[in-house]
Amino acid sequence: MEFLDLVGFGPEGWGKSLLLAALVTIMVAMAGFALGIVIGGLVAWAKLAGGTATRIFADTYTTVLRGVPDLLVIYLFYFGGSLLLSAIFRLWSDGGFVGIPPFIAGATAIGVVSGAYQAEVFRGAFRSLSTGEIEAGKAVGMHRLLLFRRIIAPQVARHAIPGIGNVWQMTLKESALVSVTGLVEILRQAQIAAGSTRKPFEFYLIAAALFLVITWLSQRIFDWLEKRASRSMVREAA
Amino acid sequence: MDLLFIRDSFVGLLAGVPLTLQLTLIAFSIGVVIAIILALMRMSGIRSLDWVARTYVFLFRGTPLLVQIFLIYYGLGQFRPTLQSLGLWQFFREPYWCAILALSLNTAAYGSEILRGALRSVPPREVEAARACGMSGLLLYRRIILPIALRQALPAYGNELILMVKATSLASIITMMDVTGIAARLISSSYRPVEVFIAAGAIYLIINFLLTRLVGLLDWWLTPHLRAPPASSNTMEKVNV
Repeated sequence: MEFLDLVGFGPEGWGKSLLLAALVTIMVAMAGFALGIVIGGLVAWAKLAGGTATRIFADTYTTVLRGVPDLLVIYLFYFGGSLLLSAIFRLWSDGGFVGIPPFIAGATAIGVVSGAYQAEVFRGAFRSLSTGEIEAGKAVGMHRLLLFRRIIAPQVARHAIPGIGNVWQMTLKESALVSVTGLVEILRQAQIAAGSTRKPFEFYLIAAALFLVITWLSQRIFDWLEKRASRSMVREAA
Repeated sequence: MDLLFIRDSFVGLLAGVPLTLQLTLIAFSIGVVIAIILALMRMSGIRSLDWVARTYVFLFRGTPLLVQIFLIYYGLGQFRPTLQSLGLWQFFREPYWCAILALSLNTAAYGSEILRGALRSVPPREVEAARACGMSGLLLYRRIILPIALRQALPAYGNELILMVKATSLASIITMMDVTGIAARLISSSYRPVEVFIAAGAIYLIINFLLTRLVGLLDWWLTPHLRAPPASSNTMEKVNV
């Protein structure tokens, strides 16, 4: 069958490149997601416990990053990053233009965006913690760090799992936008294949299918995590 | 940072605002209609309808919007002769209509989940009470179920509207000159990404702020029963009289 030759692993097939591209998609999404968790944690902390100045900064960050199209953020990091790199290199050589690797620009951009959403997830999860537990922890003499490690972090993580799952799915789908910087992830690879075979429909369909497999698998993993994390919680009869 | 350049970019980018708003509002309205149909299909209790709606939502929420746009705009171009014979080529050759189609189909999938949640949140007692009064079918929907469900859905649907505004930026990748499209052109011609980002970001923030306020106003208008009663002196006087 013609279609199978096109996307298969034979000499004429694009199968191998497409699978490699899927790996790049997963890697860039994971890098962005990890960065997002770090930023989200810090921003949530700033919002909950910071002084007025830090709180205003954190609020501005989440408002701007959630209100501006991700594509613009990717352009900012891709072109802005290259500009910055060129300026740094110009300090000790007579310069020329230095481009930022698309993977780094893309991962940073989607990380910064997902951080804004993660912050809200963490903040919501912290809110669902009962103040009594924190007071009890303090009462038995726990230090702030110990209190965070033993009481706050485990419960916040548990409450945040569904929200984190949503952000991961969003980050994963956003990673398709990084294709505009030329990073060869699923969509870019599909574009290349579509261009050289003149069969865009087949290849974009394959790209969609690859994304669908990844989102479906991640949903299964997050469902399992959620079930596991809540196994000790008392549940009301549904 | 060049303030003058930011101002000039801002003015230049304003030319893209009508297109951004058009894409948002047209796609959003079509999306709401499809979302209502999908939500009703899922709540219908008819297994085949439920399955179709479920699959639709799974497919559109599981793949990136940009892939959907490419599939419709570039992918369907492959079937030009067939589309021409069906008289649909006029439609699918325009990036404008392809973007609107992709955006509407996409937002409908998310919207139907919001509506389904809202419909499920209608307390069964209200429905029972209405049935006891002899309401059924459309009247029950119009008077009891929809008013409760729509109020419930409004905040989440407001978020979806904001996501839509941001999503229209993807139309710039298939050559549309919306705010993001003009911004991309400005960046590559001036090579000042930071200034252009500030100007374009400001435009999107203003649009989103205004839309959020509008949804808030609608919410306020729809929920008079949740508002604090107006200044009590008036009612007291009436009672006394």
